[in-house]
Amino acid sequence: MNVKHLARKSLPAIRYGILIIVGFFMLYPMLWMVGSSFKANNAEIFSSIGILAKHPTFKAYTSGWFATNYQYGWYMLNTYRFVIPKVIGTVLSAVLTAYAFTRFSFRMKNLLYSICISTLFLPQVVLNVPQFILFNKMHWLDSYLPLIVPSFFAVDTYFVFVLVQFMRTLPHNLEEAAYLDGCNSLQRLYYVIAPLTKPAIVSCMLFQFMWSSNDFQGPLIYVNSVEKYPAALGLRLLMDAENGFEWNKVLAMSVVTLLPSLVVFFLAQDSFVDGIAAGGVKG
Amino acid sequence: MKRNDRKAIDSHKKNLGMGRNTGYLYLLPWMIGFAVFKLYPILATAFYSFTNYNLFNTNLRFVGLKNYTTIFQSPKYMNSFGVTSRFALLTVPLKLVFALFIASVLNYKLKGIKFFRTAYYVPSILGGSVAISVLWQFLWQDDGLINQVGQIFNIPKVNWLGDARYTLLVICLLRVWQFGSAMVIFLAALKGVPTELYEAASIDGANRRQQFFHITIPLITPIIFYNLVTQICAAFQEFNGPYIITAGGPMGSTTLISLLIYQNAFKTYNMGMASALAWLLFIIVAVLTIIAFASQKRWVYYDEDQK
Repeated sequence: MNVKHLARKSLPAIRYGILIIVGFFMLYPMLWMVGSSFKANNAEIFSSIGILAKHPTFKAYTSGWFATNYQYGWYMLNTYRFVIPKVIGTVLSAVLTAYAFTRFSFRMKNLLYSICISTLFLPQVVLNVPQFILFNKMHWLDSYLPLIVPSFFAVDTYFVFVLVQFMRTLPHNLEEAAYLDGCNSLQRLYYVIAPLTKPAIVSCMLFQFMWSSNDFQGPLIYVNSVEKYPAALGLRLLMDAENGFEWNKVLAMSVVTLLPSLVVFFLAQDSFVDGIAAGGVKG
Repeated sequence: MKRNDRKAIDSHKKNLGMGRNTGYLYLLPWMIGFAVFKLYPILATAFYSFTNYNLFNTNLRFVGLKNYTTIFQSPKYMNSFGVTSRFALLTVPLKLVFALFIASVLNYKLKGIKFFRTAYYVPSILGGSVAISVLWQFLWQDDGLINQVGQIFNIPKVNWLGDARYTLLVICLLRVWQFGSAMVIFLAALKGVPTELYEAASIDGANRRQQFFHITIPLITPIIFYNLVTQICAAFQEFNGPYIITAGGPMGSTTLISLLIYQNAFKTYNMGMASALAWLLFIIVAVLTIIAFASQKRWVYYDEDQK
């Protein structure tokens, strides 16, 4: 009896213990990376597990920034040159598709929706070869078009799925009122459905922003000239350029690469958590 | 009740005067996208896989099953199937079990939960980034954090990235470390389990472990299923980790199929061979997904109302 009582009392402490240990494993590597980017050289980095540099210096940041042909900021800018159009295209096309699936009845709707959802499980690597040949024929290689254009045609059906789940829960009576006021279906989407779907739309935008700014394989396949490199490729270039590898430079630019994503994540944490949960739970 | 609802919706649709084809109009972008960027490529991949198609070789010839027989006879290719399976077999269960375990700890009302949830989620949000692969490579260096910590406990240094026995494990751990998004999904599911069930069970004398295995797990099987399928699909598509951290080496120990597809397609422009590999990968993923869906009846519990 006594032992049981003791065990129950110490449960919260055990839980905190687990959480803190795991949290340590999650965060310490990242903190070590940030700390190391302020250290003077490899010798200092690889001689201690401490985070703080002996003499913190920005040197790695300035030398890393200018280490390749273009300033690192240029690669960062390139990233958003295709990420922003991609986010816009994704939202527009996914909203239209989800609107069709939730607010209209037409023949073969269920079949089409099943097809749409089943492409969620279609590995991108299987599609790469013909897509590459297609874009090559259109003379789109070494541009951002192969990365941007498909997103305007709702190819990332995950977002369609999330929006459908959300739109299904919206009541019909507001649309009815709008209809009586003379709104056509496009106006009803714009004035009634889209504003109500805003939380789901925001989380779709955030996820697409994150995923496409992190995308590596797409740019690796389609972008060849260094002038057009996004940060993902710029960072690789820096690693290759560093013979003998000065880690602090590479780490400093890694931190720079991650910084915008981190800021977005911390500003919109709840949206991320709700968004991913919404996608999973109702399926 | 339900029937009435449906009737109301049906009549309302008629009332809103939507033509039979208005729906198709809104569906048009997706239909074009599906046809051009999904259906055509998957068929074209199948077609190319029976040819010697090379971007620089204009004379396209049918070679029958030659690409496939080459794959099945080559130790290099067969090895990559083994590596990919091992990668998936190690990553998926580890990640799911860990995500569920942490989610169930986070599900208790403790102070500061939000902080921990965020801390665990960050790695998977940033996970696809090249910068995270750089970080991983950095940690497992000869004098990296992992070996330095090991030395504190008198564990001899391990050549994590150079010894073929350990490299795949390092690549797997990168993905397991990113258990955050699976965890967030589990956490939402756990919050949906009605508390009355636990109360009833504890009145009947069930302890926490029994409650977990006999109430929690059965009720969240749809989510376990969802996570399982998405993680399997993700595992078979893994690319960044092995490409950036180990470049498939040493001695092919981290050469996943996706790396060989990339090499064939975009380094040597041997599209026929790449297509055959891609098609095989597709069949593997499809078969696993179908098995998972078929097995649903045996272990996934769906609420009557939901169906």
